[in-house]
Amino acid sequence: MAVEIRLPTLLRVHAQGNSSVSLEGSSLREVFDRLIEQFPAMAGQVITAEGSFHKFVNVYVNDDDVRYLDKLDTKLNDGDVITILPAVAGG
Amino acid sequence: MTLYSNVLELIGNTPLVDISQLSPNPSVRIVAKLEGQNPGGSVKDRIALYMIEDAEKNGKLSSGSTILEPSSGNTGIGLAMIARAKNYSLNIVMPENVSRERRQALEAWGANIIDSPGSQGSNGAVRMAQRIAKENPEYVFLYQYGNPANPRAHFEGTGPEIYRDCPEVTHFVAGLGTSGTLIGVGSFLKSKNPDVKVWAIEPPSGEMVDGLRSLDDGYIPPIFVENNGSDLLDRRTIISPRESIEWLRKIASIGIFAGISSGAVMAGAARCAESISEGVVAVVFADGGWKYLSTGAWSDDIDLVVERAKSIIYF
Repeated sequence: MAVEIRLPTLLRVHAQGNSSVSLEGSSLREVFDRLIEQFPAMAGQVITAEGSFHKFVNVYVNDDDVRYLDKLDTKLNDGDVITILPAVAGG
Repeated sequence: MTLYSNVLELIGNTPLVDISQLSPNPSVRIVAKLEGQNPGGSVKDRIALYMIEDAEKNGKLSSGSTILEPSSGNTGIGLAMIARAKNYSLNIVMPENVSRERRQALEAWGANIIDSPGSQGSNGAVRMAQRIAKENPEYVFLYQYGNPANPRAHFEGTGPEIYRDCPEVTHFVAGLGTSGTLIGVGSFLKSKNPDVKVWAIEPPSGEMVDGLRSLDDGYIPPIFVENNGSDLLDRRTIISPRESIEWLRKIASIGIFAGISSGAVMAGAARCAESISEGVVAVVFADGGWKYLSTGAWSDDIDLVVERAKSIIYF
């Protein structure tokens, strides 16, 4: 099944300038593995070598932060949108 | 009626209003706390007062002191009102691309504005204020992102008020900025009823103004980390600028004139109501609409408003 990953400006340089990428996968882990296969420079950017999310990165599936879903095991459905955003302050 | 001895006594005790006519689920009530009713016009009056009185109590702040704070708007405005009433000098570090009314409100209360680059957003204002604080140790740096008085204002004020007026609350939905409101109100409500769920809504930050050169420039407020914010929250949702403006207009359609972040928070409350079978959702509308009139948010073509939102900091 196909899902879309939307990349923040500062990660696009690692994905040949693409702002969004369409990939196949039934879980978030699978999709991130394929993202790195396609764009090796993305390795270590969103997910650290230890396998956790980068401290200042938030990942959302259909607008919901996956830390409160099933993290990397979050199941995906056809047409889901994955959004990656850097952590910023408000106030 | 009560006769108040000064304007600072008007901070807090804001009204909670039933807005269930906007609920997409007839079995879920929605109640909104109208923080725009505070004298400085936003929820941030509460933390501004707590941070200032805390600094007075521990001796950091006294007659003749100058206060320093980074703020994209409301905290600065609350501090400006209180600093004027208590006769302190105030420096606010603010991104240059906030709505015009914010700057005017600060000027009305005599604050000194230090511009930070608009392209660096709120993170840039925080970094600049930290540098100025280091270079000027005589300034009293309140630092809302790391000051325990911020969540405490909500644990002792906003939270108990919501519980007093609506003890049947099952879900609490608010915007995530410094995280002070979510941490303070969320922990209070969970201390009364551990089954209460806390939803953080992230208003859209304009991508052109996130101010990051690399992911390592990211920022998580220390009060969020120190209070185990990740564990306290039950859900964290982003809302698009378009959805925020659409809901802002629906809020206005029942007569409530709220600020733009309230549109995002209301969109989140509606999603929350749709996802549960029954319950009572309490939301915080952080400010009123007055400071956003120049953005045309209620009257201009929605495509235009959404486009502008990419380069202006509304939150």
